[in-house]
Amino acid sequence: MSVLLVLPIVIPLIAAAVAIIAFNHRSLQRIIAVSALVAVLIDAVFLLIAVEQDGVQSIQMGGWAAPIGITLVVDMFSALMLVISMVTVLMVLIYAIGQPGADEDQPVFHPVYLVMTAGVALSFTTGDLFNLFVAYEITLAASYVLITLGGRREQVRSGMTYVIINLLASTLFVIGIAWVYAATGTVNMADLAGKIALLPDGTQTALSMFLLVVFGIKAAIFPLFFWLPDSYPTARMPVTAVFAGLLTKVGVYSIIRTQTLLFPQHRPSTILLVCAGLTMAIGVLGAIAQNDMKRILSFHIVSQIGYMILGLGLFSVAGVAGTVFFIIHQIPVKTALFLTTGLVEESTGSTALNKVGGMIRRTPLVAGLFLLAALSLAGIPPFSGFVGKLGIIQAGFGAQEYAIVAVSLLVSLLTLFSMIKIWNGVFLGTPEDPTLRLASAAGEARLPTPVLMRSATVALVAVTLAIAVFAGPIFDLSERAAQSLLNPTAYIHEVLR
Amino acid sequence: MSFVSAFVVAVLFSVGVYLLLQRSLSRIILGLALMGHSANLLLMVVSGGAGKAPVIGTFGPDDVVADPLPQALALTAIVISFGIISFLLALAYRSWVLTQNDEVEDDLEDARIAQLGEEEVRRWWRRSS
Repeated sequence: MSVLLVLPIVIPLIAAAVAIIAFNHRSLQRIIAVSALVAVLIDAVFLLIAVEQDGVQSIQMGGWAAPIGITLVVDMFSALMLVISMVTVLMVLIYAIGQPGADEDQPVFHPVYLVMTAGVALSFTTGDLFNLFVAYEITLAASYVLITLGGRREQVRSGMTYVIINLLASTLFVIGIAWVYAATGTVNMADLAGKIALLPDGTQTALSMFLLVVFGIKAAIFPLFFWLPDSYPTARMPVTAVFAGLLTKVGVYSIIRTQTLLFPQHRPSTILLVCAGLTMAIGVLGAIAQNDMKRILSFHIVSQIGYMILGLGLFSVAGVAGTVFFIIHQIPVKTALFLTTGLVEESTGSTALNKVGGMIRRTPLVAGLFLLAALSLAGIPPFSGFVGKLGIIQAGFGAQEYAIVAVSLLVSLLTLFSMIKIWNGVFLGTPEDPTLRLASAAGEARLPTPVLMRSATVALVAVTLAIAVFAGPIFDLSERAAQSLLNPTAYIHEVLR
Repeated sequence: MSFVSAFVVAVLFSVGVYLLLQRSLSRIILGLALMGHSANLLLMVVSGGAGKAPVIGTFGPDDVVADPLPQALALTAIVISFGIISFLLALAYRSWVLTQNDEVEDDLEDARIAQLGEEEVRRWWRRSS
């Protein structure tokens, strides 16, 4: 069974190598990429079933026992993350294949995309702090190429910001690993859990805060989010969508993993709650000021990260379960919103609120998809966002943190306001830009959006609806994930057998 | 831990931060490279003082052997930062080809919204005074 843990990393990497060899056969590359991701998805589902039935799964790479070799380990949280991210990655790939010009003249698109998938899978499965750094670098190196693919001027400008800020974070990560190793003599996370507890209090706090800053840059939490709304919107839409859905959540995953597993005695509850409140509020206020669909949604990425940190900051089973469910809901919803934005851009050539208008008459399907995803993002019942926010807010009441609950409710309201702003600007109303109105009056500005793009978006929105329908069982799984996160003895025993 | 290596780590890091805060892209990249060196040197400092045998049995059977793990970590980190810095240099060259300028550009959309905000404040100020 343990081979299941290796496959999500090995399959995309091998497929990437084959896809590079087939660099001028685009249809072959597409077949390779799609079948690799389908295989990884099936593998991830089997892994989830195995974890659900037999508990934590692990494998020691190269047969070296735990503290020396690299361990891959999957608990309920990792398995859930792996399944939902692979669903999302697959849908975005299908969307990218359907979009004209997304991969046709880019022979490196498919290989790089597959490498990024392998990096994301490795960051969810690794049980070793330095290996987590390597996983980050695999993901990031691929994402650097994806964000600047095409080399247009604004892409180079914003890609530069993205590369520099992430390289800085990675350098800090290496320094953090050096400190952790200097203090404990190991980088295996299960081994660290026991050894960090023996350190003096001050050292523990320093290491915990340093790792929080490192992952906080990647996750875009409050004082460290400034790079995100600038760099994400300029890439091609499938790339922006998958970054928005996945990459910041890998950072959030690492925050949750390290804060719960490595520092059980020192839980920075107050700092996390304050950061969560500010992340939510500043993200949503930034979104309200914007005037372009892509930029509004980019600020919402930041705002929603606040909810995840809020649930973690409570450090109760209810709070962390809410966070796990919220991440599961957020990955497909955020991606679906960006994919509908891509459909709008594809049929009008713009996403600026004052240039586009009246889309509901031209493409009612896109309008419907956007509405479903937007209501889910704002947390309107009965959609999945409501269940996630309800879980987190109930946990907040349980912990008597009323101030932060009030902030989160207000932010929900502002999120709804900003979604209505997009709805009024893009789907209702008439375009202010006369050239665009002329184009739409003379018929379609462009050809209707390709079927593949639309069906991928429909499928992803269907996934978010399915999360709402099966909220009960998924919330049970999230609760079990939270229990194993807050009481990681089973995880540690499985690794250090 | 030797004082000299700790001092070099600190100097490299400070110079790196100083360069990172400049406006010109080539300086930022040099700054990042220096910070990377500082992190790698820190890994070396972590592995213990100098003078330990690199391989078991070099100086004799009872020698203390240098910890190989931080060295392996540093090697990995060096390779990664080499790759990323090369990519960044290519990107900086592309930026220079496109703009004929080595400076980091402003985000125009962001500047526009900041300007709107300032106008709003000024209007409010005029009305209230």
